[in-house]
Amino acid sequence: MANRLKVEDVNIYYGAFKAVEGVTLTFEPRSVTAFIGPSGCGKSTVLRTLNRMHEVIPGGRVEGSITLAGQDLYAAEVDPVAVRRTVGMVFQRPNPFPTMTIFDNVVAGLRLNGLRNKSELADAAERSLRGANLWNEVKDRLNKPGAGLSGGQQQRLCIARAIAVEPHVLLMDEPCSALDPISTQAIEDLIEELKTDYMIVIVTHNLQQAARVSDQTAFFNLAATGQPGKLVEVGPTPRIFEHPVHESTEAYVSGRFG
Amino acid sequence: MSATSAAETTEATGTPLARLVAARRAAYRADVVTDDPPQLTRGSASRRLTDQVARVVMWASFGLAMVPLVWILGTVVARGYELLLASSWWTLSQRNINAADVGGGAVHAIQGTLIQAAVTAAISVPLGIFTAIHLVEYGRGRLARAVSFMVDILSGVPSIVAALFIYAVWVTTFGFQRIGFAVCLSLVLLMIPVVVRSTEEMLKLVPNGLREGSYALGVPKWITITRIVLPTAFSGIVTGVMLGLARVMGETAPLLILGPYTKSIATNLFDGYMPTLPTMINQDRTEIGLDSAMERMWATALTLILIVLALNLIGRWAARRSSVRR
Repeated sequence: MANRLKVEDVNIYYGAFKAVEGVTLTFEPRSVTAFIGPSGCGKSTVLRTLNRMHEVIPGGRVEGSITLAGQDLYAAEVDPVAVRRTVGMVFQRPNPFPTMTIFDNVVAGLRLNGLRNKSELADAAERSLRGANLWNEVKDRLNKPGAGLSGGQQQRLCIARAIAVEPHVLLMDEPCSALDPISTQAIEDLIEELKTDYMIVIVTHNLQQAARVSDQTAFFNLAATGQPGKLVEVGPTPRIFEHPVHESTEAYVSGRFG
Repeated sequence: MSATSAAETTEATGTPLARLVAARRAAYRADVVTDDPPQLTRGSASRRLTDQVARVVMWASFGLAMVPLVWILGTVVARGYELLLASSWWTLSQRNINAADVGGGAVHAIQGTLIQAAVTAAISVPLGIFTAIHLVEYGRGRLARAVSFMVDILSGVPSIVAALFIYAVWVTTFGFQRIGFAVCLSLVLLMIPVVVRSTEEMLKLVPNGLREGSYALGVPKWITITRIVLPTAFSGIVTGVMLGLARVMGETAPLLILGPYTKSIATNLFDGYMPTLPTMINQDRTEIGLDSAMERMWATALTLILIVLALNLIGRWAARRSSVRR
């Protein structure tokens, strides 16, 4: 399919430190890919290279090629801001903008990029909040501060904010790790729905979650502290969990380490 | 755990090192792990004594620190309030009023102080905030380190040195007159480091997650700074600006050197002497022995305090109105 996201031979650095080495992966549209692996193995780092957020960190640098629909995301003429508009992101900790209301938070990406038309903004807010399964909970208090919502609602607010700008790809960096099981369930249901429109990549420490929500699973590991993280194995989720090729994958998914 | 079990573990076989480690561990556990019920009552007598002493020392320090504050405020209010009750104080200047005459007005000095503070702030606040934005959001490497170092040095410059520097440039080098604007320039030197440092601290307090959240929406960096970072830090920045303003409004050395006193209303920053509250205080201070002048001096001091207080209240109100919503 044309709108594939392809990662080929990617090395990622923090200054002189090589954090991730030799990653090659393909993501299909309308599918969910889960990144699993022990802490510090570079899952989040790889995720952040997919929308050029890695280079925001001083010294952050990427080698290799990452292409979306055949276009190199790291080509000289590519604007990182445009990349991030196409590849949205939801973070581990919900981060609604504290000075803004719920409504302002949802349309922040549109408004800060110059959309002024009130009815268009209102439409986009309702569509995104419905998309994030939050509309019924907040429709009567859109002018209340976004920071006043519960943690799970805040995270769904952040998802609504991310899908309001209509990206092609949605990256999620441990979106449920700060949430209770009910909120986690809500987010997982949401991922299932969003899948029909978006390509989703999710980092998770929760193996059951990876098994539940993803079509494809990538297992990352690192040989030792200080060594770069590597992609050990990637494949359809059932195969990774039931018939892993590598011994370390087997050990990890069966809970024997990590 | 009893001491005997620790001793038993010491008998463990293995290399001498392993035995040593086992013994240490056992001794440690015997020390830390106990079957005694936890003690939930208040601590020992010495613990309570320490608590009492610390409490007394803290309250005494607080009381001691309050003494000069209350004393100064009390004296200034007691000696100065009467003149402030007269409407002429707020409507007239000191024109045609001799040192021996009672009362008169302070409006010329109030105007001068407010005008100079406003112009100083208008120059320092943007410069200071932009510098802080550079240091926090863009600053990397040598330039940022150099700027940061310079700000440190500037914040240590005594006001008299700032005043003499401007005097050397303005009067000695260029041959200009001593006017209100020259005062403002020296006050700018004193206010910029305060604004830079406080704004810098406030910007650093803005969580990185907010910046990243904005970038991830495809918002350019400069819009992220102007629409997300600055509003989040707004109340802190306002507080910093107010602190800086309070400092320069009470500053006297630059005024004595660059802004001589005059008794009449003078609102032109670029022509002639400009009276201010500190120089008015200084003027009456020189009339030693005249009760009228002394009373005026206290009243002027109280006026200055009230103006700084009012500005702080306005700042707090503004900060509360448009800051982080809860």
